[in-house]
Amino acid sequence: MNWLQSNLDQIVAYTGAHLAQSLPPILIAFLLALPFAKLANAAGWLRTGITTASGLMYAIPSLPLFVLLPGMLGTGFRSPVNIILALTLYGLALMVPSASDAFRSVDRDVLSSATAQGYAPAARFWAVELPLAGPVLLAGLRVVAVSTVSLVTVGGVLGVPSLGMLFVDGFRRGIPVQILTGVVLTAVLALMLDALLVLAGRMLMPWTRRGAPRRSRGRERTGAAA
Amino acid sequence: MNGSPLGQALEWMADPARWTGPSGIPARMLEHLGYTALGVLVAALIAIPLGLLVGHTGRGKGIVVMAAGAARALPTLGLVTLFALLMGIGLTAPLLAFVVLAVPSLLAGAYSAVESADPATVDAARAQGMTEMQILTRVEIPLGLPLLIGGLRGATVQVVATVMLAAYVGNGGLGRYIFLGLGSQDYPQMIAGSVLVIALALVLDLLLLGVQRLTAPRGV
Repeated sequence: MNWLQSNLDQIVAYTGAHLAQSLPPILIAFLLALPFAKLANAAGWLRTGITTASGLMYAIPSLPLFVLLPGMLGTGFRSPVNIILALTLYGLALMVPSASDAFRSVDRDVLSSATAQGYAPAARFWAVELPLAGPVLLAGLRVVAVSTVSLVTVGGVLGVPSLGMLFVDGFRRGIPVQILTGVVLTAVLALMLDALLVLAGRMLMPWTRRGAPRRSRGRERTGAAA
Repeated sequence: MNGSPLGQALEWMADPARWTGPSGIPARMLEHLGYTALGVLVAALIAIPLGLLVGHTGRGKGIVVMAAGAARALPTLGLVTLFALLMGIGLTAPLLAFVVLAVPSLLAGAYSAVESADPATVDAARAQGMTEMQILTRVEIPLGLPLLIGGLRGATVQVVATVMLAAYVGNGGLGRYIFLGLGSQDYPQMIAGSVLVIALALVLDLLLLGVQRLTAPRGV
């Protein structure tokens, strides 16, 4: 407890740095996944290729990627840019298949009706297709958010500041409570972000609120941390 | 090529001295595979029977879904360092971390494998007089095997990465090269270690992907 009080400033700083490395990859991966998913759904072979590549990308452990990227980018080993870029790649690996499923879950007949009612292609996408794909997109985004927040900590072993520094420092100095604080704070940060996304989903998609019929299937819900 | 980091890493790997002895690449690779196999095996012995039970009876679904989600929020490095500090040097601490991180994926895979079977098919099997055990082993498991292997695949990839991080607290495996290189600013060694870990993870993932494709039931 003593340790916690005397290191509060440091913890706050690490939490800020942690968020600064988590939020950009989550946002960029989400935005980039939409066009990739539309591309994947354009042809069966594209979809198979993109899904397989995403699966393999996700199989690559994060630390080796954090080590290899500086050599390719010319950034320093301790630059947060490596972390942000690597986590964007992982985010894409999770989000593209999920977004592809999301767009496929939209009923073709509904899209045809929208066209028949005079929606131009772009307007149809923004006003009809995207909102209807929303619930499955949200399920994917929640998985990306939670996994990104947890992966940021690995940068700690390279000296990139984040809550992961509490693991490295706590281990070096033999203070279990320091590591435990890091584990709890990382999990809390991930779950808070998840809760915020759920809340945003309810505000943006009022038809998915309790009582409204649900469409999401068990598979997409495995990311739903409680 | 020789000036680039990857070229230097290849040079590091090409040295014949790296291929012999207890800290040579083959020994470290075997160590890494051994830890991974042990971690996944112990986790599978716990998670697969439990997942099959939950999938078959439909009880405890919420807990499985929650565990899979919560596991994603747990930072791997935190568990590895915490267990190492609390339990000291030896195999127990890293093994516990491997199992904790592999169980949710296996549990979710086994559960969703059984759950994916069409209820009408399961009822038909029951109507034909199959016992619950027969329904599980002859209908639900064969139909859901690719999903079960999918869970195994996720767990394996997770444990390969965790074994690498366990080298940070003094365990063997390929992660050793990364952390030794980090400590002595020997970047070629770090990069060589990284390339080796990535290669191992990809080979294992592709192998299990192949098994997943092979086990897909025909004619469904």
